[in-house]
Amino acid sequence: MIRAALVSHAIDVNGLIAEVADIATGATAVFAGTVRDVNDGRAVSGIEYSAYTTMAERELLHIAQEAARQFSPLNVVVEHRIGSLELGDVSVGIATSHAHRGPAIDGMRFVIEEIKRRVPIWKRECYADGTREWVNTVGV
Amino acid sequence: MTVTVLLFAAFADAFGRSSIEVTVDQGATVGDIVDQLSALAPSDRLPPRPLAAVNAEYAEYDVRLNPGDEVALIPPVAGG
Repeated sequence: MIRAALVSHAIDVNGLIAEVADIATGATAVFAGTVRDVNDGRAVSGIEYSAYTTMAERELLHIAQEAARQFSPLNVVVEHRIGSLELGDVSVGIATSHAHRGPAIDGMRFVIEEIKRRVPIWKRECYADGTREWVNTVGV
Repeated sequence: MTVTVLLFAAFADAFGRSSIEVTVDQGATVGDIVDQLSALAPSDRLPPRPLAAVNAEYAEYDVRLNPGDEVALIPPVAGG
């Protein structure tokens, strides 16, 4: 089971877990990235996510496939949300399953680290004082 | 030939638009496109060597472009 998607609706983490459920696996690892209320000391009220959609979907799938190869046999499902998210909303959800916990956890970690490194998704933080700023543009 | 370059996030803000048409010679490379856009961008709004993509795949600066290719400049990513 390998699936990757960019979505504009709420991510159902339990649904992702159900997708990788498999009686051949003894371990399921889950990651949910959520919108936090503070960043670099500034009060955050929400985040707007945008993407180069076609490329982001392709990169997400490449990453899931790479994880499945590297930690084979691994089930991988990943969804990243775009649009305006509120505090506590899930921005990225990942579920992996494997016969054993090591590859399940390492595969899940691989997927989130690669997403952060190379998927063309951007976020603009909205602050409590009404201002907005792109994240990760300093030092480019 | 004319190439359409997609701009996103902070780069779209820098140019005030989400895409821009660039005219280059046949056989031009990704690097040629970046050079042209760097000259157009307000100073300090574009890094010296931004990542680029051709047809939705990351591309090195020496990749030669063909008519109809979709080029994109990729700001530092911030997914997750």
